[in-house]
Amino acid sequence: MKAEGKKRIWAEYQKEIADDHFFYVRSCIRQTFFPGSEQFFLHFMRDVLGKDVYENPSHTTCTAIGYHGDIVPFSTIMTVVARHFALMKEAGYKNIAISCVTSFGIYTEIIETWKHFPAELEKTREYLLKATGREFDIPENMAHASDIIYKFRNEIADKAKYRLVSKQTGEPLNVVEHIGCHYSKMFPKYGVGGAEFPNVLGGMIEAWGGNVVDYPERRHCCGFGFRQYLIQANRGYSLSNSVKKFESMKPFKPDFVLTNCPGCNMFMDKWQYTIKEMDGTVYGDSGESIPVLTYEELAGLVMGYNPWDLGLQYHMVQSEPLLRKLGIEFDPLNKYQTKDGKQMPVPENLINA
Amino acid sequence: MPEMKDTVVIVGGGSAGMETAGQLARAGFIVTIIEREEITGGHVNDWYHLFPDRRDSLEVIEYLNRQINNGNITLLTGKTVENINKNNETFFVSTNDGDEISADAVVMATGFDLFRSERKEEYGYGIYDNVITAADLEALFRKGKVARVDGEIPQKVGLVHCVGSRDEKVGNVYCSKLCCVTAVKQAMEIRKHIPDARVFCFYMDMRMGGALYEELYRESQEKYGINYIRGKVSEVSENISNRLVIKVEDTLAGRPLRMELDLLVLMAGMEMSEGGAGIARSSGLKTGENRFFAPFDHHFGSNRSNIPGLFYAGTCTAPMNITETISHARAAAADVIDYLRNGNR
Repeated sequence: MKAEGKKRIWAEYQKEIADDHFFYVRSCIRQTFFPGSEQFFLHFMRDVLGKDVYENPSHTTCTAIGYHGDIVPFSTIMTVVARHFALMKEAGYKNIAISCVTSFGIYTEIIETWKHFPAELEKTREYLLKATGREFDIPENMAHASDIIYKFRNEIADKAKYRLVSKQTGEPLNVVEHIGCHYSKMFPKYGVGGAEFPNVLGGMIEAWGGNVVDYPERRHCCGFGFRQYLIQANRGYSLSNSVKKFESMKPFKPDFVLTNCPGCNMFMDKWQYTIKEMDGTVYGDSGESIPVLTYEELAGLVMGYNPWDLGLQYHMVQSEPLLRKLGIEFDPLNKYQTKDGKQMPVPENLINA
Repeated sequence: MPEMKDTVVIVGGGSAGMETAGQLARAGFIVTIIEREEITGGHVNDWYHLFPDRRDSLEVIEYLNRQINNGNITLLTGKTVENINKNNETFFVSTNDGDEISADAVVMATGFDLFRSERKEEYGYGIYDNVITAADLEALFRKGKVARVDGEIPQKVGLVHCVGSRDEKVGNVYCSKLCCVTAVKQAMEIRKHIPDARVFCFYMDMRMGGALYEELYRESQEKYGINYIRGKVSEVSENISNRLVIKVEDTLAGRPLRMELDLLVLMAGMEMSEGGAGIARSSGLKTGENRFFAPFDHHFGSNRSNIPGLFYAGTCTAPMNITETISHARAAAADVIDYLRNGNR
């Protein structure tokens, strides 16, 4: 494989990512499933880099889960997104930072729709004005939160306490990166590195010392696919897609999976539990399952933050084998303790625990 | 006979330019060929055998060299044309090294560029070692050994038709016309080099519109056992054993296919050459929707441009095979003669 071929493609998909003053929009599900991720992003941006990141408590769901589940019409979701832009305008921000890949996909789809069908933009302005009395501007700069971490990946590397290298062998860890279908497959120009050979997560992995694994089903859906999962009768299809991906990556012995999208992380993490329960199959080396991390969790780990402060214990596949490979110190006793030392219930049947 | 002042500049020393030059020189015109490469012959130099009869391309090169072996022809190589101006009845052709050559007529024979297969990112050309183009395969045929980068002899080979042709995504809606028959010819050549190889052609439609093409297609199936699968390859990747894994839909069987291959060959289409496009911009020559030079009239003036005295020959106007290119070049020579000798300006 020729690395220069990928670099040539990446050179054609260099998006402009704002440097400061972000209007940050959270994900619906990330705060529940990986509660440390958005927290770390805000801490890193504000306290480590000294950037201005603003959140508005009136921000709502973008309704994309309903849209992709065929229960929210396009005109409705356009008006909801227009309201987000109105909140941004009222707060005096022009750069939007989006935590969720599904939302990011919706924002790009809507902005491209307005660009190609200006009448839709005018209709949306009218709907929003009638419904809320608000007016909006289209953001001058739109970045997914991972774009911003990618932009500052070298600053993170400079501050790194750990590199993505096996403490035992000194070899780089093998990392599967999964950008999620809605990050750039619809509009490659919005993604760092495009859609076929994306570099947003790969760039982080390489900057922090790891080796990116290219495997045959790299582009395949994680299995979520909205209707595949949201409609109960389709869940076997959701699972079979995840199985296809894991079977394909298994020979490359990945040390962990790095994800961009909340849905992908959730399904690649939790379906491993399901598959193991169903037929005992595990996909990692040494009889373990493969930890699935978010990019904020990984950034926090390499910078030396406590894995439990980053929320790694809330994944189904536990990360202890990975922490040992990286030589990261952790205290198993305070894994399920609150900050004030109270013991929380310990979940049963966790994988790799 | 033309007067001595009748001079013609031909831009491009490929098969069209060489044939036009030969015809005009024999008719007594003073001809200058300007070729950007150090050698003449254009793309034919990169080919091994030609369809439909598998003639060695060197025979064509030898023929073209004989055509320009004429005292009336001056060959300038390693030069590119920047601009062409017409003042009264005289053309002034400016080159990249500051020369200006005057002429009574100009023939554009700037040919085509092969579609850069890297632009179809999903095929991984330039990334995966064993994804090559039809031109790369011809070079392997010429070397006498069809092998993977690791030296292994491929046993399972795929050929993808329409790479950069009939593809709105890359802005080329036209058919490059030669790729189907090239794939058929190359599939048979592969079997000749590697008798046990299994060869699969992935096509949208088999466009066998030339003389003896259909016969070649039939022979490839009956005698060489080439497999034709109607469907476009959607993505290529590499597995742990460095084999290529492709995804394609077999549209006749109505099912998706996933296949492991040792070698994948991309039938890159034809595009207007960058050199030709630059001259079109600088000199006010009209181009069509396909970005090739637009003929003055598709039926009666396919060699004429929007500027009287400036003519087109060969694939700078549309994809053509060598037979058609040579015929088109001869027609260009006839139009030049008509313009300069008969006064049909």
